[in-house]
Formats: sequence, structure tokens, C-alpha cells
Amino acid sequence: MTALMTASPRVGRRGFLQGMAASAASLTIGFHLPAKAAGPAAATDGALVNAWLRIGPDGFVTVLSNVSELGQGTSSAIAQVLADELDLDWSRVGTAHAPVEAPYFNPLIQQYAVWGSTGMSTQFEALRKVGAQARAMLVQAAAARWTVAPESCATRDGAVVHDASGRSLGYGDLAVEAAKLTPPAEPALKPKEQWRYIGKGMPRLDLPAKVDGSAVFGVDVALEGLRVATIRQAPVFGGRLLSVDEGPALAVKGVEKVVRLPDAVAVVARGYWQAHKGIEALSPVWDTGDNPKLDSAGVSARLHAALEAGEAKTFPRRDQDPAAQEAATKQALDTAATRFTRTYEAPFLHHATLEPMNGTARMTADGGVELWLPTQNQSQGRLAIAAALGIPAEKVTIHTTLIGGGFGRRIEVDYGVQAALIAKAAGVPVKLIWSREEDTGHGFYRPAAVARVTAGLDADRTLKGMVFEAAAPGLFPYSELGKVERNRTMPVEFTGLMYALRLPYAVGAYRAAYARTDVGVRCGFWRSVGDSQNAFFVESFIDELAVEAGADPVDYRRRLLAQAPRELGVLDAVAAASGWGAALPKGVHRGIALSRSNGSSSAMVIEIGVDGTAVTLRKVWFAIDCGLCVNPDSVKRQIEGGVIFGLTAAMTGKITVAGGAVEQGNFHDVPLMTMAGAPAFAVMVLETGGRMGGVGEEGVAAAAPALANALFRATGNRYRSLPLIDHGFTFAG
Amino acid sequence: MAYTLTVNGRRRTVDVDGDTPLLWVLRDELGLTGTKFGCGAGLCGACTVHLDGTATRSCTVPVEAAAGTAVTTIEALSPDRSHPVQVAWLAEQVPQCGYCQSGMIMAAAALLKETPKPTEAEIDAAITNLCRCGTYPRVKQAILRAAAGA
Ligand code: FES
Ligand code: FES
Repeated sequence: MTALMTASPRVGRRGFLQGMAASAASLTIGFHLPAKAAGPAAATDGALVNAWLRIGPDGFVTVLSNVSELGQGTSSAIAQVLADELDLDWSRVGTAHAPVEAPYFNPLIQQYAVWGSTGMSTQFEALRKVGAQARAMLVQAAAARWTVAPESCATRDGAVVHDASGRSLGYGDLAVEAAKLTPPAEPALKPKEQWRYIGKGMPRLDLPAKVDGSAVFGVDVALEGLRVATIRQAPVFGGRLLSVDEGPALAVKGVEKVVRLPDAVAVVARGYWQAHKGIEALSPVWDTGDNPKLDSAGVSARLHAALEAGEAKTFPRRDQDPAAQEAATKQALDTAATRFTRTYEAPFLHHATLEPMNGTARMTADGGVELWLPTQNQSQGRLAIAAALGIPAEKVTIHTTLIGGGFGRRIEVDYGVQAALIAKAAGVPVKLIWSREEDTGHGFYRPAAVARVTAGLDADRTLKGMVFEAAAPGLFPYSELGKVERNRTMPVEFTGLMYALRLPYAVGAYRAAYARTDVGVRCGFWRSVGDSQNAFFVESFIDELAVEAGADPVDYRRRLLAQAPRELGVLDAVAAASGWGAALPKGVHRGIALSRSNGSSSAMVIEIGVDGTAVTLRKVWFAIDCGLCVNPDSVKRQIEGGVIFGLTAAMTGKITVAGGAVEQGNFHDVPLMTMAGAPAFAVMVLETGGRMGGVGEEGVAAAAPALANALFRATGNRYRSLPLIDHGFTFAG
Repeated sequence: MAYTLTVNGRRRTVDVDGDTPLLWVLRDELGLTGTKFGCGAGLCGACTVHLDGTATRSCTVPVEAAAGTAVTTIEALSPDRSHPVQVAWLAEQVPQCGYCQSGMIMAAAALLKETPKPTEAEIDAAITNLCRCGTYPRVKQAILRAAAGA
């Protein structure tokens, strides 16, 4: 769930070209067949394993999805694409998680993983081809059976038909024969005009199981002889377990074992409640490591000091020389009539997935381990678990479960490693479930950040140049993705400067600089990553410049977007839809902000009611240009959810540190927006048909600046730090 | 100790400590995993079930207090997803990750039983379950749809 991978494909860690074109060929086509029928075919042709489609004898088609289903609906979207090329009947299609095997690796990142809102955007063309290949093979099989020309056959609702003779064969009757054929290299793709499913609001295939309790999430895994464990991790960042007296836990009825890990202690019991009581009974002794004095005030001071000390290094845009950028911005600021500088700050944030971290592990007879994990990073998970157990990666089998929210947290695999270690130590299959308090206190947090933005303005307030400098901890020292990225050419500074690196606005001479300032707090990828803080900084600053120029914030942005048609498009769309500029009732105010990431451009207007310090979120207008869109209804829901995620953070979101430990525990001090607090929505998905962009993260980034900008209109005060409750506001709901 | 309660129409006896929350009796003892664990502290609503017809956060009810009551979980709201709330949920395509949805649906079903035609304000007041995916606008639409009998 990060925008990390938006750069063009490049030579990757294994040293071979990983472009879309190169990898499309590796998405080998085949069919998983029912065990009985599969025998001879499977034995003679290894390619059959590389399957995206399982066609039952009854014609029911199961699409194997290589994208973890975190709620974004991508597994259904993958099915939509295949169903269109194959002319399937949507009521006879299902999805299942594909196994963690090379043919299912994401072509852009060459991993079995999903992040960067890339689940669909990087695979769309390859999936179409896979569908078209399968269709061609089914047609060929039918044509051979009928001894007619394949060209005289058509496909309709899961069957090959020969209209001239009125004959028809369901795919279920043809799958075995078709699977033996060689996939055509360049099958004809269905022209866009004939799409039935792509671009339509098809009902999601995963939802029926989510309304009757039958959906199996990580916490729901059931195995023969399964025990439940829970864990207490060193409260201080970098802490270790020194000692623990196991006695009090073992005295709890139902507790079977206490397991020591380097930085944690776990209790294994017959059920969660016994394990919980066991862990509560323990008094582990911790080594507090290097961070016992770490606190939020110190972190903030360190970030400000990094900027004061000039630690921020210019990060060159791909085509530019940093020295030249520095010279140009210096010249622009030196010759400007005035300099305008503002400093902004954002706190650490937690993912707070509603399903707490968990994982299930069972050791196998051959010294391997089998896991059931709610993860979005299967490839890295396998390596990390193998390393922790000291076994080869081939001996680690990961089954992907449904996931109760990810937002970047399930890129990490700490819970999987723990489950494996505990299962090994306990000698029984174990389902590890973290308490909410552990989940809150042991996250991979969105980094706290401070930014100083400087503009040079002419006497007539025209913008001559701009410098953006940020200080924040990095993500790669902590995140699993750091291991992936280490050998790539992608510099680690990228995440700290997302959005700021390449502004949509024409601001004259420009440079962005970043001081990676690691402070000991574990950081990671949080829905929309660096956009989440940098859009707040940049879009607040642009709003301030509009005020300096005496201009309306929409008009002002419009002027700076002459060269950015996509951003101009979404800006104009929300301005028009919201009736921007019209007189508003007393106490009602609006703010606007843009964002851009993962190849999509977004604009948001929020309308709020303000009575003293009491704020009500009334309505959000949001326009997104994500290019070609597989399921516009699903995109709208993703945007609504993303905006609510972003607004929640802007209003109340913060993780604070004292004595080296996170201060927040359960939802009483990590408040989430509720139904009563949610605004009304009008989301527009612009039909521009351009290159496909992401949608999972795109609702988040514009929310905070739009809200802060609206509060400026309401109060005349700028709120340059988050969350807004820290400025004394209360939010309805 | 043994406690007897009626779960989804069947009498069930479980042998657990009396302080075991109903949530964990349902999930670990009876294998009814549709009811979810989110916070264990009555704060999120993921564990909502009907206790003698009333929406209740099962993580806050020790089994000794639930003994003798009738519990309905998401698995038994209807045999075939035909409860008006489930029908409305699919029509509005409410769930995202789905983790909060069992609790949301149980809370909504209880609300509609009590207040068949709730206003938006009544929905806001009654449905305080947390959804990290932000499905609130769709949840509200679905409840209004179910109330309208559509
Ligand atoms: S788990 Fe019961 S209210 Fe959260
Ligand atoms: S749908 Fe994910 S928490 Fe509600």
C-alpha cells in the first residue's frame, strides 16, 4: 500500500529486466483442474501449475488472485478483467488466493506482494492477455471437437458456440482438452467497445461471505489441535526480554506453555482468554535498550534541529543536477522582493487495522513450516520466516487469508515470524493473536515530520521560486520493504519527499530537500506514505500563498496548473460540483486541496460547520482521475474510505512516545471517526481513459490540508500542525 | 465450570471460567468465528451479537452473566443471507475488508427491529461501531434501504 513503486520499471534485485512487457510473457496460462481430470495433463506439462483459472466440470470458474484482499476489491477486479476476455457469466465466477509461486509475482515488483496501489494498475494488460489466451484455447478445443474452423466459433456466457450449426459446449466440458494446448503468443484482445464487465460496477465476489460471517480472516483460521497464543512485546523501542518467571502464567487454567522470544514473551493456551489471562499474570523484566528517554517533545526538537542545522539534502529530480537546482532556487529567492517561510509539523500515526495482528503456524514433518497469514507481502514474509527459523525459503509455505484491513501494516511480517517461532517452541500448531494494546504499541508508524517551505515572491506577489525542506525518520531501516529496496537504485529519500518532489504547480525555480532523521521509533508504510504528510505541508502552503496574493484558493491553484491538465481537470470538477465560490450560510466554510500519487490525480473540497471550537464535517466533494477504471463503484468506495481515513488522522490521529514507549493503547485513546462524524460524499471518477492509476490510497492525502484550509476560512488562523484536536477543536460524532 | 446458554437456537454447555467473555466462548469453544475480536474492551463493536434480542458487545459479557440467555450470532441472522439487512448490505455493496461488518449488521438488525423507520440521526446515535475502512456512508445507505423495504 505505498506509492513507492511508481517509478518506471527498472533492473531489479535479481538483475533482470522487469518491465511489464518482459514479464507479461511469464504470466503463463494454464488451468487448475479437478484432481481426477488433471492427472495426465498435469504430469506431462509443468506449465499447468501456472494457472489463473480453475474451471470445474460444472463450468464454474475460479479466478486465482495474486493480490491480497485487504478490502480494496482487487480480487474481484482481476476476475472482472478475466471474465470480460473469456466471456464468462458473472454469476458463475468465484475467486481464491493464488499460491505463492513465481507465475503470480507482480510484474512490476517481481514479488508476491501488493503495495503502491499497484494490484490492478501494473497487471491490467497482462491479465487481459491471460484471459484472451485462455479463451483462444477453449475455442480451439471446441473447434477441434466439432471439426470446424476456430474462426467460425464465438464465446458467450461461459460457453463456446458455433452459431452456424447451433452447437454449444460449456467451458467445463472443454477445460481438460484446452489445458493441453499451447497458449497463443499474441491472442486477439477484446476491443474496448465490447467490454461487458471492465468499467462496470460489478458486485464484488468476496462480499457475500462478508455479510454472513463465513469469511475466514487470519484470526478465524481453524486447524486440528490448534492452540491460541498472545504476546507481550518489549514496551520500549529496541528493548529486549531479560527474564520472566513463568510460574504465574502456568498457574492459569488452560495455559500450556510460556515462550520466550528475544524481545517478547508469549503464552500458549487452549483459547485466547486463557492466553490473555496468562500473559496478564506475567511480570517480564525488560532491558530498555538505547531508548528509555525517548519522548515526543524530543523527537519534535530533533526534527526541527535537523532543518535548522541544514541537514536536508537536495533530492534531484531525475533529469536535473542538484547543484543547478540549488543555484536556480537561490537566485530566485535572492532576487525576490520578499521571502515567505512557513513551518509545518505532523505526528506519528498508527494503522489501527480493525483485525489485530495475528498469524497461524504449523511445523511440518519435513522440518518446514506452513502458515496462514493475513499478509500483503508473501514474498518477503517467506524469506523473513525462513531466516528466523534457519530453514530454506522453499520449506516455508504461506497461505493467504482474508485481511481485516491493511493500510500498509501488513507489508510487515513480524506477526508471521513470531507465530512460526512460537509454534516451533511449543511443538503444536499455534494461532498468535495480538491484543489491541499490543497492536497499537508495536506498529510501524507513519513518521512524524517537520517541513519548512520557503517561497520568493515578487512585488506583485508572483511566485519566483520555492524550496521545500523536510525532516523525518526513514521507513527503510525498519520496514520489510527496506530489504527489498536495499539493492534497488531507488534512493531511500524518496518516501520522505513524496508529493513534494514533483509538484503539479508551476512555482518557478524549485527544489525539495530531505533530512532522514531516525529517532528510534519504528516507522513504516502508512496508507499514502509520504503523501500523507507532504500534501498537508504543500497544500497548506499553497493556500497561504493564495491568501498572500489576495486570490481565491481555487483561482490561485488554477493559475499555477496551466501545465498540469490532469490536476486542472480534477480541480475544475470539484469546484464545479461543489459550486465553489457561492455564498455559504453563516458558520459554514470550505477548504480545498489537491493530491497526486500512484499515477492518479485528486482534488477535494470539504464543507464544515464551525461553532466556536465545535466542528461538524458536512460534505466532501472529491474528483479523481485514475485513468482507465475497472470498477468505478468500487473506486468511489475506496475514495470515501480513504478520505475518512485521512480526516480521522487530521482530526485526532497521533501516536506519542514517553519513556521510549508508545503512550496509546486501545481505541479510547486512538479515536476513530464514527458514523455520526462522517460527512456526506459526492465522489466523481473522471472518465478520461488515460493510463491506469491507483485508487486504494488516493483518498487520504488531500483530506488533512482541505480540512485545515477550511478551518482557516472559518477562524482566520492557520493550523500548521496536526492533529487538529491539539488546537482545541472538537469534532462532532 | 459448566455454563449453559442457547446459541442460535441450540442449547450449548461450555466448561470454562466464569469470567470468560461470551466473545471467546463463541469463537474458541463453539467455533462461531463470524463474531470478531477488535478491542476486547467494548469500544469497537466488532463482537456485537444479539443477547435476548438486544445488540450487545460480547467481549464485555462474561459467560456467567450470559448463562441462561439466548444468543444470536451473525451465522444465524438468516439461513441464507436473506435477512433484509443482509440483502440491503449486498445491494449497497457495503463491506470493504469486511472485518467490522458482522458487528455492524447485527447492530443494524437490532436497530431496525426496535425502530423500523429510523431517521439519519437515530442511525447515527444507534450505530457506534468502528469501521477503519470507512464504510459509514454505505452502512447508512444500506440501513435506510432496509428500512424502506427495498
Ligand atoms: S471486541 Fe468487543 S467491542 Fe471491540
Ligand atoms: S470494512 Fe474494514 S473495518 Fe469495516
